[in-house]
Amino acid sequence: MIAELGLTALWLAAALSVLQLVAGALALRDEGGELAKLVRPAAILQGLLAGFAFLMLLYLFAVTDLSVKLVETNSHSAKPMVFKLAGAWGNHEGSMLLWITVMALAGGLIALAERRLPEKTMLATLAAQAFVGLGFYAFLLLSSNPFERLPMPALEGRGLNPLLQDIGLAFHPPTLYFGYVGLSVAFSFAVGALVTRQVNPVFARAMRPWVLGAWIFLTLGITAGSYWAYYELGWGGWWFWDPVENASLMPWLAATALLHSVGVLAARDALRTWTIMLGVVAFSMSMLGTFLVRSGILTSVHAFAVDPERGTFILFLLVLYIGGALLLFGLRAATVAEGERFRVTSREGALVINNVMLSAILGIVLLGTLYPLLTEAFDVRVSVGPPYFNPVGAIFTIPMLLVMCVGPLLRWRGDSLGRIKNSLAIVAAIMLAVLALVVVLGSYGILPVLGLSIAIGLAIASFLPLRGRNLLRVPIATWGMVVAHFGLAVALFGMASETAFSEEKLAAVPVGESAQVGPWTVTLENVEPVAGPNWTAIQGRFAARYDGGDAVILTPQARNFWAPPQETTESTLATRWNGQLYAVIGNQAPDGRWQLRLWWKPFVTFIWYGGILVALGGLLALIGRLKSDLKRRYVKSRLADRAAEVAA
Amino acid sequence: MSALKPKHQRLVLLAIALVAIIGAGLLASYALRNEASYFYTADQIAANPPKPGELIRLGGMVQEGSLSTLEDGVTVAFTVTDMKSATVPVRYTGILPDLFVEGSGVVADGRMDEGGTFIAEQLLAKHDENYVPRELQDMQQHSADETLKTLETSQ
Repeated sequence: MIAELGLTALWLAAALSVLQLVAGALALRDEGGELAKLVRPAAILQGLLAGFAFLMLLYLFAVTDLSVKLVETNSHSAKPMVFKLAGAWGNHEGSMLLWITVMALAGGLIALAERRLPEKTMLATLAAQAFVGLGFYAFLLLSSNPFERLPMPALEGRGLNPLLQDIGLAFHPPTLYFGYVGLSVAFSFAVGALVTRQVNPVFARAMRPWVLGAWIFLTLGITAGSYWAYYELGWGGWWFWDPVENASLMPWLAATALLHSVGVLAARDALRTWTIMLGVVAFSMSMLGTFLVRSGILTSVHAFAVDPERGTFILFLLVLYIGGALLLFGLRAATVAEGERFRVTSREGALVINNVMLSAILGIVLLGTLYPLLTEAFDVRVSVGPPYFNPVGAIFTIPMLLVMCVGPLLRWRGDSLGRIKNSLAIVAAIMLAVLALVVVLGSYGILPVLGLSIAIGLAIASFLPLRGRNLLRVPIATWGMVVAHFGLAVALFGMASETAFSEEKLAAVPVGESAQVGPWTVTLENVEPVAGPNWTAIQGRFAARYDGGDAVILTPQARNFWAPPQETTESTLATRWNGQLYAVIGNQAPDGRWQLRLWWKPFVTFIWYGGILVALGGLLALIGRLKSDLKRRYVKSRLADRAAEVAA
Repeated sequence: MSALKPKHQRLVLLAIALVAIIGAGLLASYALRNEASYFYTADQIAANPPKPGELIRLGGMVQEGSLSTLEDGVTVAFTVTDMKSATVPVRYTGILPDLFVEGSGVVADGRMDEGGTFIAEQLLAKHDENYVPRELQDMQQHSADETLKTLETSQ
């Protein structure tokens, strides 16, 4: 009964999206007609219905209703509750339902809250949103129905892949999806503005919170995914340049560029067509990412059993929406009036360079990710990894980071470098000093050395915009920029430090003996079998001492899950302020010794602290923008009231 | 630069953008040709051996009964086969990934040494036992057919 309720809600939501599309499109010709009044309620109701359908799926997973196929394939009654719920989106159908739910709720929210845009642009935006949603409803209802019943209820579920039975699953996919789908809203806004040619600061201010929100979620999703892969895969790596990882990085790069260009459009009414273009590109990257992950067309370490047919459907949607939007762009771009002009040495100029560099990096990642597909057409199979991405990406990342130190210090419209030369000299001196220090200390790769130097320079430069200002009066959004830029410096420091200073030890150790890695001494105290709710494991007990200090007890495991049967390696971490000790236990050698793999990774945690700071910066900016929007709205209504009083 | 007219300022930015984008394209295509690592199966290595020390990716099946641990307790040796005739000896120092078993597919990044042994630097672990890397899909199909044939003949 619950499953049928969910399915009905989904069909109704799909029907409402048809209404929203048709009414919105027709009302564009006949403004102020009856049809236009239908569009907003349709969007709101559609959001509620999709949300309801998703709640029904959560309920089915919570009670483990084994008459539903999706629950039977992906869940198990013995699984802890949090993984039962998270299991609802740990599979294809459920994750697509999550996608459409977030999208419909976002559409409902725009319909409910957005009152600044001209009504026509609003109608076109909601129609575009419905059009995109409709494709996903069709996909879900026609080929991936999450509520499908089994002819006979099963006795027990098949369980969830053990690697997914982790708290990471509860956070990583939903945050990434919120980000992907948030970009669909930016896309709809861009299409709406193209239809009515109303590209101006009002439009930018309406679009900005959505871009910011999507970008915050993408940042958190990538940060969480990186940490999850780091401790779950047992390799101690935080980024592999794997296609699935690149699939999440590309929308982030596009969203970062969009975030900065929409800021220019809102503040200075410049970069009009460029912003629209980026709105289209950012969502294309989201869809491309979904396609790469869902179709399994590229070999990935993060791939789960995939279905090429479903990939084809997403590819079809991708071509339809993006092709359509680009066509519209081609037809309309020339008729969007030219924006305000500015000088190269200005805030806008620096932001343009930032955008160009981000686009270049995006292009490089895109080419590297798709290259294996291109060569396969000629029957040559290749894989592209760090030897390509690291140096080629760095050539554009380094100038971008350097401009990041300068840009926020420049004034809008036009400025001279002479005015800020003292600040620049300080930052340059710090960078050179760090560079010299690291080069003297040891021989490390060129990229980590440059990374450390730029990270410290940028960390200082990110606070310079606050110099000489009353800190209490600095707008929240400016604090957001400072925190986000500082966060990037922190993350960069973590990456460079991990790459330069990591130490690794692989040893076969009998019980009672020790191994050394960096400043740590790790003693294997014993190895014993342990059992969990749905697994048994061999657990090592390590006593780890940092520099001869107190022992930290670590218990890495080699787990055997029985539903479904699969082995996993559970690494353990000892975290200090200055880094992490990473320990994994392997097989027993024939002579009774145990394989240990240990890493000492100085400041590796800064990578993820930095990611969280970047997201926090985004959140501050969002709060700042919403606050000033509310203030503007309040002032406007007060003025209207006064005008009414005067008239009376 | 401040002497330039606004229109020219725009051109300067456009020039920077064009140079960066074209540069990125050229650089990427040049680097891809040099840095992409080629995928080999055991028979391709036999027919057309890659240069020792060149980063390549090897794919195939782990031969049944070939897995052994060496003296040091952390290095494993096994043989990768194309399920027909060719085999490549492989060494890997590290902890084997969770889904690594004899008779199942493996994809490894590494280099050939002078003696014709493949020194694996990374074994590609899988998240899911149902997932078959794309490079191995044909081979897996082939081996499934073989298994069926053996079953039929033994009946």
